[in-house]
Amino acid sequence: MDLDLSDDQIALRDGISSMLAARVPMERVRAGFDRALFDDLAAAGVFSLRSDGFSWADCVVVFEQLGRYCVPGPLVASLLLGDGRIAGAAIESQPMWIEHLDELDVFLVGGMDDVRVVDPREIVAERSPWPLDPCTPIARVELLPEGMPFGVERRNWELAGVTLTAALQLGLADRLTELAVAYAKERVQFDRPIGSFQAIKHMLADMLTRTEVARAAVYSAGAVLDEMPSAWTRRRLAHGAKVVAGDAAITNGKVATQIFGGMGFTWEVDVHLYLKRAWVLDTHFESADRNAELVCVTAGDPRIWGDS
Amino acid sequence: MELRYSDADESFRAELHAWLETVLPALAPQPPRDAWPERRKWDTEWQRRLFDAGYAGLHWPKDYGGRGASPTEQLIFYEETARARAPYVGVNFVGTLHAGPTLIEEGTDEQKATHLPRILCGDEVWCQGFSEPGAGSDLASLRTRADRDGDDYILNGQKIWCSFGQIADVGEFLVRTDPDAPKNRGISWLILPMDLPGIEVRPLKTVLGSSEFAEVFLTDVRVPVANRVGDENDGWRVTNVTLKYERGTAFVSELVDSIRLCEDLATRMAVKGDESLQTELGRCIAEFDALWALTKRNVSQATRGAPGPGAMVMKLAYSEARQRFGELCMKALQRDALHVDDNELVEERLRTLALTIAAGASQIQRNIIGERVLGLPREPR
Ligand SMILES: Cc1cc2nc3c(=O)[nH]c(=O)nc-3n(C[C@H](O)[C@H](O)[C@H](O)COP(=O)(O)OP(=O)(O)OC[C@H]3O[C@@H](n4cnc5c(N)ncnc54)[C@H](O)[C@@H]3O)c2cc1C
Repeated sequence: MDLDLSDDQIALRDGISSMLAARVPMERVRAGFDRALFDDLAAAGVFSLRSDGFSWADCVVVFEQLGRYCVPGPLVASLLLGDGRIAGAAIESQPMWIEHLDELDVFLVGGMDDVRVVDPREIVAERSPWPLDPCTPIARVELLPEGMPFGVERRNWELAGVTLTAALQLGLADRLTELAVAYAKERVQFDRPIGSFQAIKHMLADMLTRTEVARAAVYSAGAVLDEMPSAWTRRRLAHGAKVVAGDAAITNGKVATQIFGGMGFTWEVDVHLYLKRAWVLDTHFESADRNAELVCVTAGDPRIWGDS
Repeated sequence: MELRYSDADESFRAELHAWLETVLPALAPQPPRDAWPERRKWDTEWQRRLFDAGYAGLHWPKDYGGRGASPTEQLIFYEETARARAPYVGVNFVGTLHAGPTLIEEGTDEQKATHLPRILCGDEVWCQGFSEPGAGSDLASLRTRADRDGDDYILNGQKIWCSFGQIADVGEFLVRTDPDAPKNRGISWLILPMDLPGIEVRPLKTVLGSSEFAEVFLTDVRVPVANRVGDENDGWRVTNVTLKYERGTAFVSELVDSIRLCEDLATRMAVKGDESLQTELGRCIAEFDALWALTKRNVSQATRGAPGPGAMVMKLAYSEARQRFGELCMKALQRDALHVDDNELVEERLRTLALTIAAGASQIQRNIIGERVLGLPREPR
């Protein structure tokens, strides 16, 4: 039992983090996802982690960093596909909302009990002129083509997607804490840094607390994907990680906005980009509320307690 | 990263599990809350059983009668005892979870030899005399005096909120040994035998209707200087050792028990039929699971000698999460929440009102996290 990063994972984290710091500054994030950015990430091995022999726990470490840098794009599905093409994914709904449609080589859709692959060129969609997250273009689709079966087990595919999304959310929560703490130390009102006021200090302490709790949840969900204990444990920890990390990202985004004052309401300050991404990710692999319900149903269902 | 326990850990679990299965069915029913002598007897007899079977003081060094077990074995102990509904530490809380560990770190050889074995086998029950009517969150402002008289201190003052005070044999007490020094430099940490002349204990009734803590009045109580732990006036540093255990590790078994309560509630029909309750309960479970993972992460980091901020946020996060769960229970039970008898969840709702106050109120925890972890400017003190 060890829920700390191994030396290799620390090296992996630091490697991806310095690569992102150099190549994906916020100006590039603001420009949105494009092929060149994808190529950079692909060259760094982000989407081929699994085929290169990295564990799910390693993927979680990398995705936490992608979240911290607010990297735009269909990151999770591209890793789940893992063959170098850009993939989007969504759980089936009516209508469908598809992100980054114009960038996609492949679109994966999670149905009731299967996963299908759809050719994005066949998708008829209406592009939104004003997406919530300026880095995440969104298009509305009335009728999705049927597509072809994508030979993966629906449940495991979803649990991996849930866990990687939670890792991105964790990264957002972490970075939001860092941004808000830095601002609270520097912004002076009433002749004191605002971080000396308890009303602010306590919000920051709660941001850190949520982040630390979320990190433990996400790491354990990653470890469990590798170890394949009972389905009960895997579901409960994966869905639980998405709840805790998703709530942490959204709440930290709202609190950070408050701490930045008027600046927090501006386009110029990055906080809104993180908060909007947190809202986007909350809808991926279902909302925190729905994931919480799944945690409860799993925990309360004795029929699947011993199941493996 | 790995969640799986080692084979050695799993065989420890199997052995413990088998032992619990043989001893628990024979256990007498737990005495009522306010029957303190009976509670003491019940809790200390359980402690004695643990001791005889080699499960007392799991993480204490072997030299002091402990098992010298690994931190993961300690976690497994919490998991298995909660799952089997074995007794909680009860009146052994102070001795086994924070006074004992403080003595291990700070006590003299003689102090350790006198008290540690007795704590472990349930012969000695401890209480904590830190808080005073005028010194709660601002603990360092405490005023109970200890005046030196030859080889003794003479104690005068009043303590409050002293849990187990009415049945304890010994207390960890903070006293002022230098009234002229700045407030946290004139404090000493004493081992106080509770049967000394001049000590009067008056139980206080809590929201549970029972007396969970007491006032302690000290009038010319004569204590040997040899009962001091750490140097004279260095008691604040020793206090922080005690608080580290009290706030850090003492909540772990409660956390595992919270998970059990959640699972029980999740199987109830009242919850199953109601989607919004399911969502709320799922959130509680997700939080407790996350906190259990955080506990494991803290253990992993401590084992590596590199503790992270996780240990600092645990108490705050757990106590707040536990209260959210308590509210949910009240909502789920509806009018069935209007009686406490035979109603564990309601009794727990009342008991856990204290979690965000005792052992450092949540506001104080947030100050500590803000200042010590995030490096924000300090409060006036
Ligand atoms: C069930 C229970 C068991 C206990 N057992 C023991 C025991 O065995 N031994 C013992 O010594 N003590 C014990 N205590 C006492 C406990 O440690 C104190 O209650 C606690 O430290 C708070 O002190 P107080 O009650 O004086 O509250 P106060 O310090 O008066 O606090 C009142 C309120 O003001 C807030 N506050 C205070 N200072 C600040 C600040 N600087 N910034 C922001 N807010 C602030 C607090 O957060 C709280 O909400 C126990 C308490 C409880 C509830």
